[in-house]
Amino acid sequence: MNTTLLLVQVLNGLQFGILLFLVAAGLTLVFGVMDFINLAHGVQYMIGAYLGATLAALTGSFWLGLLLALPAALLFGLLLELLVFRHLYERDHLSQVLATFGVILFLNQGVKAVFGAAPLQMPVPEALSGGVRIMEGLLYPAYRLAILAAGLATAALLWVLVERTRVGMLVRAGASNAPMLSALGVDVRRLFMAVFGFGAMLAGFAGVMAAPILSVEPGMGDNLLILAFVVIVIGGIGSIRGAFIAALIVGLVETIGRSMMPDLMRLFLDASAARQTGAALASMLVYIVMAAILAFRPAGLFPVRT
Amino acid sequence: MGIETTPALARRAMLAAGAALLAAPTVRAQGAPIKVGLVAVLTGPQAALGTQLRDGWTLGLRHLENRLGGRPVETIVIDDELRPDVAVTKVRAALERDRVDFVVGVVFSNILQAIMRPVTEANTFLISTNAGPSTFAGRGCNPFFFTTSYNNDQVHSVMGQAAQDAGYRRVFLLTPNYQAGRDAMAGFKSRFQGQVVDEVYVPLTHVDFSAELARIAALRPDAIFTFMPGGLGVNLVRQYRQAGLQNIPFLSTFTVDEATLPAQGEAALGFFSGANWAPDMENEQNRRFVRDMEAQFNYIPATYAAQSYDAAMLLDSAVRRVGGNLADRNALRQAIAAADFRSVRGAFRFGVNQYPVQDFWLCQVVRRPDGRFQTQTVRRVLEANVDPWAGECRMPGRV
Amino acid sequence: MTWRDAALPAGVFVALALAPFLGFGQSHSLTLLARAMIFAMAAISLMLLVGGAGLVSLGHAAMLGIGAYAVVVLDHARITEAWMVLPAGVGAAALFALATGAIAIRTSGVHFIMITLAFGQMAFFTASSLALYGGDDGYTLYGRTEIFGARLLEDRLAFHFACLFCLVAAWALVRVLLASRFGRVLRAARENETRVRALGLEPYPYRLAAYVIAGAIGGLAGVLLANATEFVAPAYLAWQRSGDLLFMVILGGLAGPHGALLGALAFVLVEEWLATLTEHWRLIFGPLLILCVLFLRGGIAGLLGRG
Repeated sequence: MNTTLLLVQVLNGLQFGILLFLVAAGLTLVFGVMDFINLAHGVQYMIGAYLGATLAALTGSFWLGLLLALPAALLFGLLLELLVFRHLYERDHLSQVLATFGVILFLNQGVKAVFGAAPLQMPVPEALSGGVRIMEGLLYPAYRLAILAAGLATAALLWVLVERTRVGMLVRAGASNAPMLSALGVDVRRLFMAVFGFGAMLAGFAGVMAAPILSVEPGMGDNLLILAFVVIVIGGIGSIRGAFIAALIVGLVETIGRSMMPDLMRLFLDASAARQTGAALASMLVYIVMAAILAFRPAGLFPVRT
Repeated sequence: MGIETTPALARRAMLAAGAALLAAPTVRAQGAPIKVGLVAVLTGPQAALGTQLRDGWTLGLRHLENRLGGRPVETIVIDDELRPDVAVTKVRAALERDRVDFVVGVVFSNILQAIMRPVTEANTFLISTNAGPSTFAGRGCNPFFFTTSYNNDQVHSVMGQAAQDAGYRRVFLLTPNYQAGRDAMAGFKSRFQGQVVDEVYVPLTHVDFSAELARIAALRPDAIFTFMPGGLGVNLVRQYRQAGLQNIPFLSTFTVDEATLPAQGEAALGFFSGANWAPDMENEQNRRFVRDMEAQFNYIPATYAAQSYDAAMLLDSAVRRVGGNLADRNALRQAIAAADFRSVRGAFRFGVNQYPVQDFWLCQVVRRPDGRFQTQTVRRVLEANVDPWAGECRMPGRV
Repeated sequence: MTWRDAALPAGVFVALALAPFLGFGQSHSLTLLARAMIFAMAAISLMLLVGGAGLVSLGHAAMLGIGAYAVVVLDHARITEAWMVLPAGVGAAALFALATGAIAIRTSGVHFIMITLAFGQMAFFTASSLALYGGDDGYTLYGRTEIFGARLLEDRLAFHFACLFCLVAAWALVRVLLASRFGRVLRAARENETRVRALGLEPYPYRLAAYVIAGAIGGLAGVLLANATEFVAPAYLAWQRSGDLLFMVILGGLAGPHGALLGALAFVLVEEWLATLTEHWRLIFGPLLILCVLFLRGGIAGLLGRG
């Protein structure tokens, strides 16, 4: 494998990691601040993609679609909070898991009933349809670079919000000790709603950004949800910084592992066996990394709670 | 293969004999409706394919005025959820509670494998309208099993032949890492004699192909061959175009078809596919089928729908041939095997293993005048092709 | 421990025993009931972990899958004898539980959920890559496990009672375990680990033992599942399956093994029943689960127990 190719793979890994981060950030906040396991977070990513694709088709513009999809995703998240999640904050984790699973079943089937089973399409915006030639014969799509940039900008924005504002201070305080915060007279309920809505919007944003490159279909959030959980557990629950670093690790491990594993296996096995074992091992790699990290650091890389 | 060992076959033969004694076919009054269990995946990410399959069957029956060979029909739709154990439970219920006379449908091979025994051991005919694994084409061939689709290997080998004919020397192969993916590579290589520059397997849940695309760009092959069904294909095709690789010919099977084209759109324009049927085929039967599918369901049909439509026509011809009497299994089997119907793909007959002997085409994605996308035949690659396993099938003469 | 804890499951078992003679004797009903009983067995073993030790595992389907694949591997080697197949399935699952549990139990809470998920996924991808056993397409079994060369389990009624027997045994075992000193240590460690340590007890070996026992019962359920469907595929090990098992346990309630029993039976049977009503049955099933959480504190067992 030559250096250019490796660089391209690193870029790909970072871009996938950023996408993961956008989903994981909301998840880790909701989990960290409210101690609430929301399995339906992946569905919010899917809803974002569907809203984006539909609104872009209606308005005929990617940008209008994106602009309208964000508040719509926010409203949808708040609606879910009002109808279901609000009644679960006091309950144990297991009840939350079961109820939010019910939400997944309902919404996955719901989008199918409304939009049909076939995948939807969302076109790449005209301005970003080109590419940058980074190696002979390969364009790196400008749109992917835009995802990378948007993700980094969001991460920076989040950092400022969490570290430099009053709301951020409350969020941090909530993540390390919510009952104390409540005792100090902070309206935790409103804080929860804000965090929840914001998390839903971030997931929706990830969904809209992914829609032009990935297929928009029912259940598209399910596998991403699992990876997002991997990310927040590796990073340390409630930690935005941890989620960011863990997301990049997972993205890089996924992408680079996939392209290098078969070559690595070829050192031990014959070519065709190496390809199959390599591919199987590459799929497992993320989980092996997580198991290893948890075996040595049971609370993740950047534990928030003491 | 390794699945069908000889003792297993012996065991099965014993079981089948036992079942035949126990489950004598139900004799029903001629006026009573024929019951058909239609197995399709209708939930989960692959539901679009199952929907096509179901709608093709529905349209077939509508054209037949809801009669098979003059007898009224009742279709029981079974959603297999792409979960084998669920499929087995539901199919058993259809066989025993609803006493279906035929089981048709099935998109995926693993579901077909799971329901094969329960259906055929109940002496019920199973007509696959999509899944065509090699397991049941060779030594595992079964008198109660027909397929109106193809054998998987054939479709992939069509693209191997097409690559050979086009004079490509270096080809890059990319498939998902599961049995059908491995079969796809083997099928392609069975007819392609040039150099395979690399074979890459990706997980079935793959979404981002950027790592593989970078590899393709680095190797600069004459063409790529890929098999990426459903959502996988949507992602690959769009990302392939976005990476600017469209100058490298895109040869594929089950990757760009009418089920995925609505989501791929312009990105798939000019890409190649191998198939036994395309919507533009010039025959009366096909024109009517495509026109009415579009009118009824508002989408362009894919092979899944076409093969199910053919299955309805096939069963209509068979039931007519036996005069509506389904009790004589041998007569009914001969009537199905005769394939006395007009297929939407033109010439059609069954081989000794009861898989179709048919032509295979190189197809290409085009934009229609109305702006929608569909595949279109470019040229015939294989004529009256018999699948490579048929020689191993020792089909019993009577059941 | 109230009389209901014994009477309720006893009633369920009697109902299951009589079901074949009360209009559920056709073989598709028996297939469905067998599936329900097998998942109930797996859920009961998971209940030992969740309700007993407070270990929420999201990788329990791997135990089932390993049991099922043991049947496949032996079938491929032309061994179909129960006294070989059963120990192999149970043993393989127990060994896997021992190896992965030794690492996983070092963590707790959500981290335990995720690490068991990780091991489950590894097992899933391994099964998918076994080209010799059909890979992702799965493996068709042309006959059920034999007992001393006799093909007893081919008879669906006999198989029904074999499943019922195993289910009752699994329930009794978990119930006895939870009531014993072993179970008290597990529960005490769940409630207050520091206090248990202060008493000079190290919870780790107790938890590991519970994990291995749960794995072994899961393996047994897997052997039966392979026999019930006569087909084994990697889909049996998918994380969604582990999720389903967990939902059965929670739905039933954590008061005792009868909760898992009721939860599993309700989950499988309601799913099946709704699916016959409409293609969009999940639109009903999803809200149903939410309502259960909101209004049935203590799960189904809690509802019936309140009586």
